Amino acid sequence: MEVKYATDAQLQSIQGKRQMRQEGLRLFWRRLLANKMALYGGLIVLSLCLFVLIAPLLTKYTPLEIDPANRLQPPSSDHWFGTDNFGRDIFTRVVYGGRVSLIVGFASALLTGFIGMVVGLLSAYYRVLDHILMRICDGLLAFPDILLAIAITAVLGPNPVNVIIAITIVKVPAMARIVRSAALVVREQTYIEAIKAQGASAFRIIWGHIAPNVLSPFFVQVTYVFAAAIILEAGLSFLGAGVPAPEPSWGNILYDGKIVIFTAWWMTVFPGIFIVLSVLGLNMLGDGLRDLLDPHTNKAIK
Amino acid sequence: MGRYTLGRLLSLIPVLLIVAVIVFFLMHLTPGDPASIMLGPNATPEEVERLREELGLNLPIHEQFFDWFFGLFRGDFGWSLSQNKPVLQAIFEHLGPTISLSILAQSISMVLAIPLGIIAAKKRGTNVDRLFMILVMLGMAIPSFLLGLLFIQLFAVKLQWFPVAGYLPVSAGLWNHLQYMILPATALGIIQTAVIARMTRSSMLDVLSANYIKTANAKGLRDRVITYKHALKNAAIPILTVLGEHFGSLLAGAVVTETVFNLPGLGQLVINGIEKRDYTLIQGTILFTALVYLLVNLAVDLLYGFVDPRVRLNRKS
Repeated sequence: MEVKYATDAQLQSIQGKRQMRQEGLRLFWRRLLANKMALYGGLIVLSLCLFVLIAPLLTKYTPLEIDPANRLQPPSSDHWFGTDNFGRDIFTRVVYGGRVSLIVGFASALLTGFIGMVVGLLSAYYRVLDHILMRICDGLLAFPDILLAIAITAVLGPNPVNVIIAITIVKVPAMARIVRSAALVVREQTYIEAIKAQGASAFRIIWGHIAPNVLSPFFVQVTYVFAAAIILEAGLSFLGAGVPAPEPSWGNILYDGKIVIFTAWWMTVFPGIFIVLSVLGLNMLGDGLRDLLDPHTNKAIK
Repeated sequence: MGRYTLGRLLSLIPVLLIVAVIVFFLMHLTPGDPASIMLGPNATPEEVERLREELGLNLPIHEQFFDWFFGLFRGDFGWSLSQNKPVLQAIFEHLGPTISLSILAQSISMVLAIPLGIIAAKKRGTNVDRLFMILVMLGMAIPSFLLGLLFIQLFAVKLQWFPVAGYLPVSAGLWNHLQYMILPATALGIIQTAVIARMTRSSMLDVLSANYIKTANAKGLRDRVITYKHALKNAAIPILTVLGEHFGSLLAGAVVTETVFNLPGLGQLVINGIEKRDYTLIQGTILFTALVYLLVNLAVDLLYGFVDPRVRLNRKS
């Protein structure tokens, strides 16, 4: 059996790389702490995620538990956010609904990011594909986003997975365009030419060398898509084209609340606060990340 | 100018074609047979078969597409089963509230946003500016339908300043019409307000630091004249762009806001279509809005080239 030993030079280079990576990470943390916008935004998002994660510990009710004797109770020490027209505890529904809303938002952002990345990179690299893919994107962008999403869930049927699919279809074109325009700049760099001259495969150039260099605008956009997805999900569920009925989501609770809008303000206000908070947090995180990752502001911080 | 206009018009054709293809195939993603879904579980097989024939579902798919596509040019968007009238007629009957809502929302947002943005730019770095930025962040984080629900609770249920929901057309008197429209239009316009106000602030900041503003100051011109005559005029171009670009999202928002206030607009039409599983109606309505959206964007683009000659020259090259 042949054993391979690393040479000293190789070891040094590995250590050097590790050191550089740690240095880079430390620098990133320092800047993150200095960037109040990203920091507070991140904290809001993180605490919301934590909040919905430990939901079962916070409440003695379950989200679907009906209690007809206590219908439409205003907020009290028993029911912090009041109850709805079936006597279900709104606080419990808001935390459990938060799980659905945040997961749908996150999954949509992830899927949009992935597909947008592939489409954007491919159309930046292959001219022929570019014409086809970008025209399809133009077509999709011509639809008002929520209307297209409604039509898609109406056809596929309203459930969380289809909501994710609908949001992804609606949000991919903008994502692909951003990745594409960043990748077009990278593609023209000398080092890409050098790698090409060395005979690297297209796959390696695209994924090994162009992709890492478009990550900054990519992550910023993913954050914005996450925020937009939460609003879209809420809108779809509010219209009855999203997460189906007894299951709670923030948009669903608002939908139930609309019927009793004359009496039960708490059914609108509390889920509303959570929607606004999560979108606000994500937008702040996105704005902060944009400043953080933009090389122009980097120089200013130094 | 003529060539520029023609070029923009021609570039619309492939997009329109793709839009039509997307809408057509979207409706064919339906799991199962659209005809039996549209008629519900109580329909007899004969009824389903008749509807299939009526909708052309028994033809090969490419024939279906071309039949439908060329029908569009004759203004034939299909027959709506739930409304029992041609889809295009249903759309035109529901167009009034949506247009009125969008235009009002756009006006409200302009009236609010531009002065606010100017004030924030002039008070840069002060607490006024900070408060402004916080309000802008909040305005961009609140969905219009949620704001609409909150408005109903505060202004209609509690204070009773406005009717809760409903609609009267302009023909019933302008004030009667506006009474029903002010809350939804404000709710819809808030995001727009935040976006335009932020743009106004940053655009004004750019201009205010320019040399010709310093010169105007040194000449001893009054502050007012400098702000509105010298600065705002030059800051207006990016603001105009944002206005145009976001008019489309306003249309989309209008659809959801309408359902909050029970306005009988395009949004209601789509929602009804979904409840009744009227795919022809949904198909026609979203195709129609996409067309309007494209035409509005085209108009804004042309107008923009008209206002600022530099745009025309740049785009030609």
